[in-house]
Amino acid sequence: MSSAVTLTVNGAEISVPQGATVAVAMTMAGQPCRISVGGAARGPLCGMGICFECRVMIDGKSHCRSCQILCEPGMDVKTDE
Amino acid sequence: MNRDSTTRFDVLVVGGGPAGMAAAIRAAECGLSVGVVDDNAKLGGQIWRAGVSSDSHDKDAAKWHNLLRTASVTMLCGKRVFHQPERGVLWAEGSDDLVELRYKNLVLATGARERFLPFPGWTLPNVMGAGGLQAMVKSGLPIAGKRVVIAGTGPLLLAVAAYLRQHEAVIPIVCEQASWSALLRFAGSVVKWPAKVAQTLQLKKEMAGVPFAANSWPVAAQGEDKIESVTISRKGRLQTIECDYLACGFHLVPNIELPSLLGCEIRVGYVKVDEFQQTSMPGIFCAGEPTGIGGLELSLVEGEIAGLAAADSKSQAQALFKTRDKLRSFARSLDHAFSLRSELRSLASPATLICRCEDVSYARLEEPTSWRAAKLQTRCGMGPCQGRICGPVTQFLFDWNPDSVRPPIFPSRLESLGAEAQKEPEQVVGTGGRG
Repeated sequence: MSSAVTLTVNGAEISVPQGATVAVAMTMAGQPCRISVGGAARGPLCGMGICFECRVMIDGKSHCRSCQILCEPGMDVKTDE
Repeated sequence: MNRDSTTRFDVLVVGGGPAGMAAAIRAAECGLSVGVVDDNAKLGGQIWRAGVSSDSHDKDAAKWHNLLRTASVTMLCGKRVFHQPERGVLWAEGSDDLVELRYKNLVLATGARERFLPFPGWTLPNVMGAGGLQAMVKSGLPIAGKRVVIAGTGPLLLAVAAYLRQHEAVIPIVCEQASWSALLRFAGSVVKWPAKVAQTLQLKKEMAGVPFAANSWPVAAQGEDKIESVTISRKGRLQTIECDYLACGFHLVPNIELPSLLGCEIRVGYVKVDEFQQTSMPGIFCAGEPTGIGGLELSLVEGEIAGLAAADSKSQAQALFKTRDKLRSFARSLDHAFSLRSELRSLASPATLICRCEDVSYARLEEPTSWRAAKLQTRCGMGPCQGRICGPVTQFLFDWNPDSVRPPIFPSRLESLGAEAQKEPEQVVGTGGRG
């Protein structure tokens, strides 16, 4: 893998390959992307920006589709609740 | 937010997968100003998605990417078309901007998505689409040593299995719901296409040692925070397999939301086109999966025809008709071989969620009698995916037909929608045809 990018997922640091999407970081960290209306953990489904299951909060902004956003150093990502 | 820029093109292409790339290249070669807009960070679509590692592009992808580099095409990546404020104008939203795109002729190459079917546990994390998991791995997800059960239907399952295997995933089984007889008939028809035969042989080599079961499908996924095992029905018997991921897709459904919004006639779920790939709307062309699920080669040639026709190079377009028509018969055999068996209609239990955005269970959908009634009574299909996932599900389960498409066709920022109010008070958009 090429050089790594370090970001924060639900308060814990994680390093991912350069060019990895935020959805990948969430899955690697074993963290749900969002909590559903009924309170269940959800992760990426379609991987291509259609299903909206991978919505996360990035630097305080919610509803970001993590499968279409690349990880950047220092990004603060949280499960979207 | 105001419109940040306005760009005019002779030919605008929406969608930068193989069909869109081919259309853009051929139109640009005719000397016209051409733009391609795509919501991904790079062109290539799903099949040629650029990875984080130096996954060698296949030869086809490299060839078309090179042609695109030498052609004079404006590429607008990371921008999602969500609205048509007036005829000949589209708005696309980027991560923090809004662009207005004006065109003389338009080529729609919006591709397809996977069809998902509900079964208990399908909403657990790490249950993904087959193409979905492949996209995640291309985007950097480590998969070496992980156990991935692959299930569903369609040729994508094998392609994904081969890809994941190359990346050292452990694949306990590939479950294909189609029957052996349907698969054999399909194999018989593949023989007519040398390129497809070569692909199949290559796949067979890459798949050596991976168990493949026909007449098999997932019936439930189990797990606490994420999937831990999947139960499959295999030749009438239930079998539970431990896994880290379930990659599960039931062939493809075309992305016809934008064509519908623009008023293009939809026939049996696909965009209707004439021999020049022109839709029912003059000057709007369509190529690739939205006109019928047919795979890479068909998408490329349809894209070329659409691009040439949009550039008014009719005779050059005509020269490609024969190739296209031959490939279309392959598309028809695909549809036939991978049609869904009726047992898949009874996988969901009353508590299984059908609409994942709004958490609407199967039980709650037993009362409504139409898609519209379900939306009003239960909010099924009213969440951010706008029914893109549960729409095809309810079509299969209940035979419901989708409503007309309304703008914005993707959830958009209020600032972007507000740009409408800053326009002179001319007409507000039409709502497109009934699907």
